[in-house]
Amino acid sequence: MKILNLLRTSTFQLAVMYMVLFATSVFILMGFIYWATAGYMSSQTDETIEAEIIGLAEQYQRQGLNGLISVIRERVARDPNGKSIYLFTARDFIKLAGNISKWPEDGEVQDGWLNFTLDDGLGWPTAESRPARARIFIVPGGLRLLVGRDVNDFMAVKELVERAINFGMAITFALAMFGGIMMSRSTSKRVELINQTSQNIMRGNLSLRIPDRGTNDEFDQLARNLNEMLDRIVHLMEGVRHVSDNIAHDLRTPLTRLRNQLENTLLTVDRDQDREQVGKSVAEADQLLATFNALLRIARLEVGDKVSNFKTFDLSGLAQDAAELYEALAEDKQQKFSIMIEPDVSIMGDRDLLFQTLCNLIDNAIKYTPEGGEIDISLTSNENETFLSVADSGIGIPEEERVHVFQRFYRVAKSRSLPGNGLGLSLVLAVMDLHQGKITLTDNEPGLRIELQFPKQAIALEHKL
Amino acid sequence: MRILVIEDDKDVAAYLVNGLKENDNVVDHSADGKEGLLLAASETYDVMIIDRMLPSMDGLSIIKTIRATGNQTPVLILSALGDVDDRVEGLRGGGDDYLTKPFSYNELLARLEVLMRRGSKTGSEKVTHLSVADLEMDLLARTVKRNSEKIDLQPREFRLLEYLMKHAGQVVTRTMLLEQVWDYHFDPQTNVIDVHISRLRSKIDKDFPKQLLQTVRGAGYILSEDS
Repeated sequence: MKILNLLRTSTFQLAVMYMVLFATSVFILMGFIYWATAGYMSSQTDETIEAEIIGLAEQYQRQGLNGLISVIRERVARDPNGKSIYLFTARDFIKLAGNISKWPEDGEVQDGWLNFTLDDGLGWPTAESRPARARIFIVPGGLRLLVGRDVNDFMAVKELVERAINFGMAITFALAMFGGIMMSRSTSKRVELINQTSQNIMRGNLSLRIPDRGTNDEFDQLARNLNEMLDRIVHLMEGVRHVSDNIAHDLRTPLTRLRNQLENTLLTVDRDQDREQVGKSVAEADQLLATFNALLRIARLEVGDKVSNFKTFDLSGLAQDAAELYEALAEDKQQKFSIMIEPDVSIMGDRDLLFQTLCNLIDNAIKYTPEGGEIDISLTSNENETFLSVADSGIGIPEEERVHVFQRFYRVAKSRSLPGNGLGLSLVLAVMDLHQGKITLTDNEPGLRIELQFPKQAIALEHKL
Repeated sequence: MRILVIEDDKDVAAYLVNGLKENDNVVDHSADGKEGLLLAASETYDVMIIDRMLPSMDGLSIIKTIRATGNQTPVLILSALGDVDDRVEGLRGGGDDYLTKPFSYNELLARLEVLMRRGSKTGSEKVTHLSVADLEMDLLARTVKRNSEKIDLQPREFRLLEYLMKHAGQVVTRTMLLEQVWDYHFDPQTNVIDVHISRLRSKIDKDFPKQLLQTVRGAGYILSEDS
C-alpha cells in the first residue's frame, strides 16, 4: 500500500521519466562506442588481409605460380601459429600450400569475403574452434587463394563490449530506479509532513505550524508562507472572537445588576399583575445571561487550555445519570425513553463538560420530538473508540442544514419558534474538539441521530504535550 | 449575622453590602486583600464572602492564611472565573462554596444560609433520622414515612428529599440541587429539576392537606412545615 502510494506521487513519475531519458542517452552513447570500436577493429582486419592479398598477387605476377607457393610456405613457416591463415588450392580444392588443410565448407561468402570457423577439420592446430575471416581470390586457371585472419580476439573484444553495454544498461536502470525512489521518498516525505500538519490544523489545532528544515529550499519557503498565512488567520479569528467575547463579558455585569434590581423590585411590588410582569422580565434577563455565559464558555473552551481538568472517569455512570435526570422529562411528554449503556466504559476527559454536552443533546432530543415519540440513548465501545449516541424520532435536521447547526446562534428553520439560543450544539462541538472527538449527525428516519465518537488513546497522549 | 465581604468591584460590593444589610445582617467590607485578611483575622464573623481577584493579595491566599490559623469560619468564594477547574481549586484551597459572577442575589442568599447553618452546627455526630412536620426519614433503613404511612421513593428521589430535609426551612436553588444531589456542575437548558421536584411532591404532598415542598419564585425550593 505504501509502495503503491509512492508510485503514484508526481515526484516518482518525474523520476521515472528522467530515468527513461537517462537510460536512452546512456544506450545511445554505449551504442556509439560499440559501433566505433567494433567498426575500427573489423576494418583493421580487412585492411590487413587486403594488404596481404595485394602482396601475394604481386608475387604471383612477378614469379608465377611457384613463386606464390613458396612465398606462402615461407610466410607460414615464419609464423606457423600466427593470426594469418593461408590456403592455396588447385582445381578441385586440392591444397597446394597454406596452413589449413582444406577449403572451409561451412562459411558464407559475401562480396569475396568469407566468414568461417577454424577447427580440427581444417587442420588448424588448436583445441577449440575459433572464428575467422578471409578474402577469397580466384586465380585464372581454377586456382583459388584464401587469405584470412583468426578474428577470435576481435570477437572476444566485441563480446566484452556487448556485455559491458548490457551490464551498464542494467546498472543504469537499477541506479535510476533506486535514485527515483529515494528522491520521491524524500520529497514525498516533506509533502506528507505538510499534508499531515495541515490536516491537524484543520482539525482545530490552530497552534500547530509546519516545521522548517532550515535549508531554505522551496519546501521551506512553502512551509514559511503557509505558516505566515496561518498566523494571519489566527490573528483575524482572535480579533473576531475578542470582539464578541468582550461584548458578552462587558454586558454581563450591567445585565446582572439590572436583573438583580428587578428581583428586588419583585419583593416590593404588591399588585399580582405587576409581579407577573417583573417576574417575566427577570426570566428574560436570566435567559440573556445564560446566552452570554454559554458564549463565554464556548470561547474559553475553544482556547483549549482546559485539559488540565481531564481525569479518567466512568462514562457509563455519567450516561446513566444524564438519562435518569431526563427520563422524567421525556415521560411527561409520553415519549418512549430507552437506554442501552455498555457498563464500565471509562474515558479521559472533563466530567462536567461531558455531562453538559450529553444533557444538551438529550434536552434537544426531548424538545424537538413530539409527544409519543421515541428517544434512544446508547453507549458502546470497541478497542479504539467509544460511541455515545442520542437518537430521536423528532423533526430532525434537513441535510443541507446539518453543517450549519454548529455555528453560534444558528437555529434550524423549522424550530425557530421553539425556545433556545442556538448555542447548545456550538458548545457540544467545542467540548468534542477539546476531547478530540467527532460528531456525526445522521437521519434517524424520522428524526435525528447524533453520535459522539471519542478516541481511546489519543487524548491521554496528546494532551501531555 | 456578622458577614465580612472582601470584594474590590465597587458595584458588586455595594450591591452585596446593601442587600445583606437589608436582610438584617451586620456587614464589614474591604476592597483590599491585605486589609481584608486583617479584618478576617481580628474579628469574628459568621460567614465570609471573598472575591478571588483582589489587589495586594488574592482571595485564595487569604483563605489559606486564615485556615492555617485554625479559623473555620465558612467562606463563600466569588469569582469571575466560572470554570470547573477554578471551582475545584477554590474549594480545595479551603473555600466552602463557590459562586461565579454574575450571580443572582437569591442564589447567593440561599448558599449563605446553608453555610451559616453549617457553621453554627456544633459537633458532627452522625444524623440517622430526619423529620419535618409529619414527614420522617430514616437514613439507615432508607425509608420515608409521612403521617406514619410508608412512601416509596426512587434512590435519586430519596437523595433529593434527604438534601431538602437536611436544609429544611432554607431556600435551595436548582444549581445547588444539581451540585449536591446529582453531583454535576452544569447548567441545564430546561428546568429538568422541576420535573423531579414535582414527582417528589406528588409522592410526599399529594395526599396530604399540608403542602411541605414549596417553590420559591425566581429562587428555588423550600421544604418547610410553616407554609
